[in-house]
Amino acid sequence: MARFTPENLQRARDTIALYPQKRSALLPLLHLAQEQDGWLQEDAMAQVAELLDLAPAEVYGTASFYTMFKFQPTGRHLVSVCTNIACMLRGGYELLHHAEETLGVRAGGTTADGAFSLEEAECLADCDRGPCLQVNYRYFGNVTNDGFDTLVADLRSGKLAAEVPPHGTLSRVRRSVPRQVPDEGTPGEPVVPDAPQSGPQRVHR
Amino acid sequence: MAMTEPRLITTRVGDPEGHTLERYLATGGYTALRTALGMSPDEIHAQVKASGILGRGGAEFPAHIKWRTTMDLPQPHYLVVNADEGEPSTFKDHMLIERDPHQLIEGMAIAAFAVQAHVAFVYLRGEFALGFERLQTALNEAYEHGAVGRNILGSDFSLDIVLHPGAGAYICGEETALLESLEGKRGFPRIKIVPTVVPATIGVYSKPTVLNNVETLSNLPWIIANGGDAFAGLGENISTGTRLFSLSGHVEKPGNYEVEMVKTTYRDLIDGYGGGVLGGRQLKFIIPGGVSSAWFGPQHLDVPLGRQEVGAADGVMPGGGGTMLGSGSVIVADDTTCPVRIAWRIAKFFAHESCGQCTPCREGTGWLEKAVWRIENGDGRPADLDLLLDVSDNIAPGLSWPYPMTTICFLGPSSAVAVVSALSMFRDDFEAHIELGRCPHD
Repeated sequence: MARFTPENLQRARDTIALYPQKRSALLPLLHLAQEQDGWLQEDAMAQVAELLDLAPAEVYGTASFYTMFKFQPTGRHLVSVCTNIACMLRGGYELLHHAEETLGVRAGGTTADGAFSLEEAECLADCDRGPCLQVNYRYFGNVTNDGFDTLVADLRSGKLAAEVPPHGTLSRVRRSVPRQVPDEGTPGEPVVPDAPQSGPQRVHR
Repeated sequence: MAMTEPRLITTRVGDPEGHTLERYLATGGYTALRTALGMSPDEIHAQVKASGILGRGGAEFPAHIKWRTTMDLPQPHYLVVNADEGEPSTFKDHMLIERDPHQLIEGMAIAAFAVQAHVAFVYLRGEFALGFERLQTALNEAYEHGAVGRNILGSDFSLDIVLHPGAGAYICGEETALLESLEGKRGFPRIKIVPTVVPATIGVYSKPTVLNNVETLSNLPWIIANGGDAFAGLGENISTGTRLFSLSGHVEKPGNYEVEMVKTTYRDLIDGYGGGVLGGRQLKFIIPGGVSSAWFGPQHLDVPLGRQEVGAADGVMPGGGGTMLGSGSVIVADDTTCPVRIAWRIAKFFAHESCGQCTPCREGTGWLEKAVWRIENGDGRPADLDLLLDVSDNIAPGLSWPYPMTTICFLGPSSAVAVVSALSMFRDDFEAHIELGRCPHD
């Protein structure tokens, strides 16, 4: 089920309409695809390409630049443990090692039951509560080893379902209004003119 | 988070409901926007110029110059907010976005009216999920309230604001990489030719674009309400107003502190507001302005928190110069800290985040990471110390602060600063690693 559902297809079209140029909607649409499927599948990227008049390679080539996009099945809970300086000074690596032992996977791996993926993260901007981590980009600060074990148990039991939506969901709050002001520029038109018809042609759209 | 007087932009952050429209309106919210809409764009610009506010994202560029550049160019104009806070150990924008999103929206509306931009984007760090929800909720409320949208607050001015999530790339905090990313591309920084080819002239969609940081814009409601002169009455020299400092690491009370610029020193921040070094231990060094800044030692504790003051300090870079306030993050390291390990972690960060466009950065960051890692793990050779300086000199020639540019953006030369700082301050530590064949701090 990688292709957008009718509901998400409408969301994708609404999102595209927010921007003076279509391609700007690329990251938001990739997030939407990841929200629907839990990770970025090839046919979803192909559909995003189609919606934005891009080649699939341009979509993949852009998506792969960004660490939040996952190109293989990712656990329902993505645990990102910060090990950058502020957390490191407060035990970030010790926490990461404890997480590896507890979950039975190395950083970068996913548990066999598909419940958890674990990754080492760069600074998550919650440094006064180090060591900190995120689960599906929701913060947990001052995490002790015991606290981590409790967190994992609560995630497994569904106790934190209200606070932590499944991986891929960023904002559960949607934009409530469409664009109100028509753009004064040239909506949808590239600023740089297309290559002339004679002579060398661009190899992609 | 503990806060201190004077408070310009943190009056609501301690209020659990401070992020709601109801609380925002009850505490004077959106009155400055109404005032601004009764002024002319030039009058608003004059207040911002009088305030002297420098950009709060890290480069400390005067906001009014960016604005004027864009204002003088043909339409359309765009406003873009840099909410891609990613400089390690900086967490002030994170707080402002989650705790007081309406203050940011009001600041955006004032700025957009002043520079006559009818579309504004917030490039929000992708990992800020709660911030996204809070800001989207606030934006929906602001449209409903009429503070954003068609004919805002009954005026002739119309404005759309679009929240745009990033997707995990430190480099997108660099303003031109951010614009590329906003256009749906990889976050590759663009070549800038100051002052002609900059975002203010050729920004998003190649149109004049004002790009301001979250904290800069969050100050606008206060500046309009109280006047630019009142803002300039705080601080000293070119560093006016207050600034948020994110204090972290080995300190009793880490947190964000809003302090008056220049009137406050690193000692005030760490020992006063921060309650001193964790566990009463001795201070070894501080990273005074984000991991891109040259380090300070205990001898620098009385340097005032001002752009010129830290820049003119007698710093640690072998080529001379002080350091920068940068993103406003201050990391404290006590006397049990291994500086080699810290330098390695920073080198690893830059190697991971290099976008790969420029050779000195793409290759150099990897070399630095590997060489420092080797030393930290006991496999270092005496010649490695010169190697580190040589590689660093190739990325940031002269090993001074500030550095000349060898790359499109600042990421490359920034990557060498931590390693060079550590080596020039704690050469003994590096040598001990090599002689012992292990980390002496383990």
